Amino acid sequence: MMVALYRPIGRNLETVGAWLLGLLWMLPLLYAVWTAFHPAIYATHFDPAAPLTFANFKAAWQAAPFTRYLINTVMLVTLILTAQFVLCTLAAFAFARLTFPGRDLLFAVVLLQLMVMPDVLLVENYRTLVQLHLADTILAIALPYLGSAFGIFLLRQTFLTIPQPLDDAARLEGCGLLARLWRVYVPLAKPTYIAYGLVSVSYHWNNFLWPLIITNSVTTRPLTVGLAVFATTDQGIDWSIVTAATLMTSAPLLIAFLLFQRQFVQSFMRAGIR
Amino acid sequence: MRRETIHAWLLLLPALVLLVAFTHWPAIATLIDSLYATPHGSRVAPFVGIDNYTDLLDDPVFWQALRNNAWYAVATIPVSIVIAFLMALAVNEALPGRSLLRMAYFLPTMLPMIAVANIWLFFYTPDYGLFDRIMALFGGGRHNWLGDPTTALPAMIAVAVWKEAGFFMIFYLAALQTMPTDLREAAALEGSSRWNYLRRVTLPLLMPTTLFVLVNAVINAFRVIDHIVVMTRGGPDNATTLLLYYIYEVGFRFWDTAAAATATVVLLTIMALAAAFQFGVLGRRVHYR
Repeated sequence: MMVALYRPIGRNLETVGAWLLGLLWMLPLLYAVWTAFHPAIYATHFDPAAPLTFANFKAAWQAAPFTRYLINTVMLVTLILTAQFVLCTLAAFAFARLTFPGRDLLFAVVLLQLMVMPDVLLVENYRTLVQLHLADTILAIALPYLGSAFGIFLLRQTFLTIPQPLDDAARLEGCGLLARLWRVYVPLAKPTYIAYGLVSVSYHWNNFLWPLIITNSVTTRPLTVGLAVFATTDQGIDWSIVTAATLMTSAPLLIAFLLFQRQFVQSFMRAGIR
Repeated sequence: MRRETIHAWLLLLPALVLLVAFTHWPAIATLIDSLYATPHGSRVAPFVGIDNYTDLLDDPVFWQALRNNAWYAVATIPVSIVIAFLMALAVNEALPGRSLLRMAYFLPTMLPMIAVANIWLFFYTPDYGLFDRIMALFGGGRHNWLGDPTTALPAMIAVAVWKEAGFFMIFYLAALQTMPTDLREAAALEGSSRWNYLRRVTLPLLMPTTLFVLVNAVINAFRVIDHIVVMTRGGPDNATTLLLYYIYEVGFRFWDTAAAATATVVLLTIMALAAAFQFGVLGRRVHYR
């Protein structure tokens, strides 16, 4: 019925428009893929017959300690995710199911972080971590993000939707507070954990400015900072190698995204509707 | 104290300590530091009152950063929101290759900004870059996009729009998918045109989403400077210096921490205004589902 109301020609125009926009959005990536997989002389002109090569990736991988950077990033992301899950779960449960004086005020204070993010408090956080003798460690990159208002908020909202009778039943069975949290609340909040986890991992995998400031050596730099150092100092303007390195550093997350596209998109939606 | 209260505090304590140590305390410390001179060595920094603020207001680079950031926000925010909305409308319809299209729109969101910056840096390269090649097709000459103060900031804006539109699209898409279909059927029965339906039904119903996206876009316009660090370093001639980049430069290149703290207070004020807007307007007038 709907289709009959509108002239198909308009519809076709819209489809063409949507796809033109899609192509425009894909262009930078396609261009980067083209450059990375072809010899340097083809970086600036398009030739369908150009030979494919992995040499740029090999050269980039050998020119900088990317293996180490990758390990650093994986350690960083794992540390942040684990700590956030534990800390936010505990705090979210207190806000959702316990009553204590000043709860609402405290929750509002926590939520302030949604607006004033650690990302802009560079100078003070740098000073704090230098005073703690933690500068240039992976822990230092992670610390400002471990207490996450966003995570507390998301989990609290989820915990509030879990029926109280389930909690009461567990209590009657003799479960203590932590046991109830672990056996009733955590399993039922699994979709929220997945959503929050994906958003958090992609945020910290890609984070750049704070790691740039707080790290200073190969053993602590995450991939993003390593890539920036590589692209600005080690290379002249060998774009083929720079784009190969760029794709390499983004690849793990991109591949994960392509494989689990639906979960990623739904996670971002779930995390955004608040 | 009641047992429940003690339990609550024990559960909250680890997260609260970290939150306060790295968000609330530094925000307050920034305010305090802005009233003192930059400490040198182990000497205690003297109290200077509002001197840092008058110095800041006398710094033409600060004003330029503020102006740049205002232009950057004014251009990036509406353009990325409109594109995000159009993208969401497109992939909400049953058109050919819908899932591929949705992926194309969303992909930049998954890339690190620094990777995006590298790719676009190549785009903007004079002579060899894609932009100059396309311009050459239309008889344009060589242009140094990032080296020319008049095109450098627009070049940064294009990067930000490309990176962010797909992210905002997700929220519009989520909202569109929860919209009741009977509204659309009713409108169709009434013979309402699509444009009318869009203007009278879809847009008003999407207001909460638009406000949410707007606040996020404002925060991002003042928070994300990765591409500036990699592509232009604020140049040429401070043409692309945004507020946070100014703070980064003053704090970590010139090591003038008092001046950096003072500029951070300005940035925090802008974010507080965005927060007040969200809690005031969004909290009261807007309801989610």
